[in-house]
Amino acid sequence: MQVPNKLTPFFENLNFERDDNTMVINFGPQHPSAHGQLRLVLELDGEQVVKAYPDIGYLHRGIEKMAENMTYNEFLPTTDRLDYIASTSNNYAYALAVEKLLDIEAPRRAQAIRTMLLELNRIISHLFFIATHALDVGAMSVFLYAFREREFAMDLMEDYCGARLTHSAVRIGGVPLDLPANWLENLAAFCDKVDYEVEHTYEALLTENRIWKMRLEDVGVISAEDALSWGCSGPMLRGSGVKWDIRKEEPYELYSELDFDIPVSDRCDSYGRYRLYMEEMRQSTRILRQLIPMYKETEPQLMAHAPQYISAPKEEIMTQNYALMQHFVLVTQGMRPPRGEVYVPTESPKGELGFYIKSEGDPYAYRLKCRAPSFFHTGLLQKLLVGTYLADVVTIIGTTNIVFGEVDR
Amino acid sequence: MRKYVPKDNVQKKAYYTDRFHVVPRVPREKVIDTHFEATVFNLGEYVKDSYVEIGQLVVHIDANDNFAVLKILKEQCGYTQCSEQSAVDYLAKDGEFELFWQMLNVNEAKRVRVVCRLKEGLAIESVEPLFKSANFAEREMFDMFGIKVNNHPFLKRILMPDDWEGHPLLKTYPLFGDEFASWYEVDKIFGKEYRDIIGPENRDPGKIDIEDTKRFSRVGYEVPFGTEYNADEEVEVAYSETALVNYNKKTSKQLDERR
Repeated sequence: MQVPNKLTPFFENLNFERDDNTMVINFGPQHPSAHGQLRLVLELDGEQVVKAYPDIGYLHRGIEKMAENMTYNEFLPTTDRLDYIASTSNNYAYALAVEKLLDIEAPRRAQAIRTMLLELNRIISHLFFIATHALDVGAMSVFLYAFREREFAMDLMEDYCGARLTHSAVRIGGVPLDLPANWLENLAAFCDKVDYEVEHTYEALLTENRIWKMRLEDVGVISAEDALSWGCSGPMLRGSGVKWDIRKEEPYELYSELDFDIPVSDRCDSYGRYRLYMEEMRQSTRILRQLIPMYKETEPQLMAHAPQYISAPKEEIMTQNYALMQHFVLVTQGMRPPRGEVYVPTESPKGELGFYIKSEGDPYAYRLKCRAPSFFHTGLLQKLLVGTYLADVVTIIGTTNIVFGEVDR
Repeated sequence: MRKYVPKDNVQKKAYYTDRFHVVPRVPREKVIDTHFEATVFNLGEYVKDSYVEIGQLVVHIDANDNFAVLKILKEQCGYTQCSEQSAVDYLAKDGEFELFWQMLNVNEAKRVRVVCRLKEGLAIESVEPLFKSANFAEREMFDMFGIKVNNHPFLKRILMPDDWEGHPLLKTYPLFGDEFASWYEVDKIFGKEYRDIIGPENRDPGKIDIEDTKRFSRVGYEVPFGTEYNADEEVEVAYSETALVNYNKKTSKQLDERR
């Protein structure tokens, strides 16, 4: 018998006792398939969901508030904590927004490194998606294999920036470091490994798997119109037949020079989205392979030259008085971008990750709004879950690929 | 003299600004001869001001027209997604909020930001019938700024708890939380009667409590874990010897002597 107290009040299932015979259950916030701190209040008629109410905010840390109280460079490591599965994509989206505001462009080598890191993070995130999604649906072995490859990708990230999860591998105006020795060789080997594993392990295990198909086909169907209306982006939008990828349509970094395809699925269901994620990993390795020779042709400069906003290279700071003075001012006071506002969208692994920054010319952003794809995908759940069976709820949460770091911010 | 701290904006400010510092502005370009011309033409009378800023069209409208404008954008101009909407707090300066809607046209890869000013205490019309993404976005705006939204199907706090007081993204709201925030968890978990025993929640991550001997070691010397703190005890500060310097050997160069 439960002993109710202030922390764990005891609620009878009042609705169920009444004559309309619907049952209200709490899914989460501590549920292994809730992908973090998601609380879903589900109203069930038998096993069918009549009403779904996603309750979020359990991981709210006030990141937008913190942005108003931190200088632009101080805030950058905080963005790691948004989508913690693929941190570099957050760092990059923020850095790009500030760069657009300052009207500076990173040097070409930094662009090559950033594009590589972004695609590597996309693979990390997609591997994590397929691992947890398959685990939720019941295919445990895929989880083990996908996490093995994710370790290799995280080793590459560790080689580059020293961190495995919270990378902070991008700076406003460029990247802090050049690639270490042998990194490109390891990256090429990793691309081969991913291509092999996608075809011979994940797809071999899942694509024609009878149980996997039964669990995913025609589950979580979103029409193209709904997907647009509910603010879906990324694979959720492409899975509904809308060919929209910001890397292609509003290209940033080196994406305009790279040759890659945008996979689209018009199945509109979870199975189509799963195929899409697999194909996107192949496209990512294709991009990475093209970037390796492109990187080798670049000049060694890593940070943009904009003395008003960005500190000079270390050698100059140590040898030239004026560079040292500017560095001192930038460290103690922070950079002061011009007055204005900017919204910059980027294609993160989850969808459209955009930063809206309103600057009043102070070293602190007047307002920073993080447009997180998962936030809107969570909102979609209240439409998507209605009419499905309880067993499909975990499949649908898995297929939306939400991460609560960026839902709650 | 005590430094004056304005109460209407308690966010962090630059501690020093050069006397001759002039803040430049991000260039705003004219809409004419850009691919946004048709959009501004379609909106007609509703447009109070329009320009292109960093590749995106910005349209200023009246707060009462937001539904009509977004409807035209959706049905006539092809902006089928409202990718973001939120507000900026200008209460301290102008007594109003600045609201924005970030619109996306996926067929022509164009983005428009619709901006309006809303006086404090007034409500805005919901665009949820047009764009379902507004369902969550407007709830977040209500939660963070306290801006009421008319005809929203379920206007309720989304990130903060339902019984929270105050709206965290207002400029008047301090970063570490206000009086209510410091007592919220104590009241919720233990009850108001435990306020005296537990004390307010400390939200400063850098604070060291010298009486807490379980989580903090003493400065300068070591004591066993959990030793009672005694304010009266006089302990001579003793440092461990290192190979290079003996800090315990008093020399004339040491700071203790100079005090």
